[in-house]
Amino acid sequence: MIYLLCLVLFSIGLYCILVKRNLIKIIIGLVIMEYAVNLAFILFGYRLGGRAPILAQDQTIKNMVDPLPQALVLTAIVIGLATTALIVAIAVRIYDRYKTFDITKIRRLKG
Amino acid sequence: MNIIPLFVVIPLGSAFLISLLGKRIKGLPDSLANLGTLLMAGLSIYSIFLIKEVGVQVYKVGGWTPPIGISMVLDGLSSFMLVTVNLTAFLITLFSISYMKKYTAKWKFYTLFMLMLGGMNGVIITGDMFNLFVFLEIAAIASYALVAFGIEHEELEASFKYMVMGGVASLFILLGIALLYSLTSTLNMADMGRVLTAQGPSKLVLFVSVLFLVGFGLKAAIMPFHAWLPDAHPSAPAPISAMLSGLLIKVLGIYALMRIFFNVLGAQPAILDILLVLGTISMVAGALLAIGQEDIKRMLAYSSISQIGYIVLAMGIWTPLAILGALFHLFNHAIFKSLLFLNSGAIEYSTGTRDLREMGGLNARMPLTGTTSLIGSMSISGIPPLSGFWSKLIIIFAAIQSGHFVLALIAILVSVITLAYYLKLQRYAFFGNLQDKWKHILEVPFTMKLSMVILALICIMAGALLLPGVREIFLKPAQDALYAGKDYAATVFESIR
Repeated sequence: MIYLLCLVLFSIGLYCILVKRNLIKIIIGLVIMEYAVNLAFILFGYRLGGRAPILAQDQTIKNMVDPLPQALVLTAIVIGLATTALIVAIAVRIYDRYKTFDITKIRRLKG
Repeated sequence: MNIIPLFVVIPLGSAFLISLLGKRIKGLPDSLANLGTLLMAGLSIYSIFLIKEVGVQVYKVGGWTPPIGISMVLDGLSSFMLVTVNLTAFLITLFSISYMKKYTAKWKFYTLFMLMLGGMNGVIITGDMFNLFVFLEIAAIASYALVAFGIEHEELEASFKYMVMGGVASLFILLGIALLYSLTSTLNMADMGRVLTAQGPSKLVLFVSVLFLVGFGLKAAIMPFHAWLPDAHPSAPAPISAMLSGLLIKVLGIYALMRIFFNVLGAQPAILDILLVLGTISMVAGALLAIGQEDIKRMLAYSSISQIGYIVLAMGIWTPLAILGALFHLFNHAIFKSLLFLNSGAIEYSTGTRDLREMGGLNARMPLTGTTSLIGSMSISGIPPLSGFWSKLIIIFAAIQSGHFVLALIAILVSVITLAYYLKLQRYAFFGNLQDKWKHILEVPFTMKLSMVILALICIMAGALLLPGVREIFLKPAQDALYAGKDYAATVFESIR
């Protein structure tokens, strides 16, 4: 069920990128997609009622979540931050040049 | 002393030093970048002989044994790719010494360049699925910034488009890796292959394959996913266009596809068929779109899509001969496409235009650029005895041998179309009468000439790599490593012991 919600979130992001005309909204769509993937990755390592996998001296851990996806998602978030920062910087520069965020008006290239 | 980590450490280290000191010490960015790439080119050639002597090498990062720890694997395919990337990168940095003088922040250029190179070498050398994603993102982010390097209208627009497409591609790849991890509980590529073999075929693996096909297909600009390439590649400065078109799409797209599809997931018939279809479409459409272009760099960019189509087609045929053809064409395309982009850079350096209609008769003033460009053009269109002829011949033979007669015919036709638009390029730019406004242009400086001449010489000589005796050193180990398919896991685990 909750995986389905991840998929919905992913699709919302993709829809946003494909349909929206504003540069900032496209960037937000990209970020939403990124969150959906990160959330899915965390969920793959989650166990119902699991606890953090920290081994203290006088404790025995029976039911813990998988720590590896958490470490990986942390890395993925940092990478996502770098991409987002760069893309926002480019969007600001585009606004300086074209004086608009509307992609239908930013059309020098034929693609 | 293990040489494997050096391929990542040298570029990242020099990027760090250049960004730290490059602004204060003049001449440091040039010398450090050139020394670094030269050193890596030497090391990668040494790695070929190392593999021949001692076999596959595995480096355990931090001393942790795989599959728990992170590993770096140097096998035939990796060392083949390393030679391709680092040799070309060295010649491109040699070219940039003079070319990048017209830009103000040379040290920023070299920092990003070395960062991108480090990312690419990392993708090639890593044996870990998540590390592949991280290095891929390093290379991709550096390339987004480099496309926007000129910060003019077109560059910014192209970079934004490239970045959105590249970002979506990365997310598809990350989702694929997450699903594979949930299926196999491991991230080591070799271990993943072993677990998948033990589990047998499943629907999820096919789904993951499709995710990877979209992700890496976007990075490699295979036809339905190509829209960003003709904008992004021409917008960058010429050395970066050469780097993007010659190397980046191959390492991030084709190499990663090959490694994951064949060595980790195993060659699945459905996926091979999809590769055949996509390869043919991008081969034909890329060539047809290239004919009409008036901007020299846009034409070269569309030609890249077409040539990538050849490689993907040969991957889809999946016989030993086809794999040999794919790898050899990959090497050749890296060389002659870099050469052609450097030529276009040399023209832009001297005349300041990229529009084919404004040129004409440049041979009179720039004979060396004209000659090397002619060699590159003839090589890419498959005129014997230049290198492109041999690799295309092998791919066409492989198609006939495996019964794909129609595809072989299409490949020959596309080769003719390729010849047509490269003749157009030569005709408009270099032959004919010299226009008055170009009467006083000069040939480019020495280092630019040197790098173009070396690339042209490689174009002429590369056919010799197929000779028996030479083939066993360079191409055969790569072909064997790739065609071994899922035996990759066994080979890696054997060399850990």
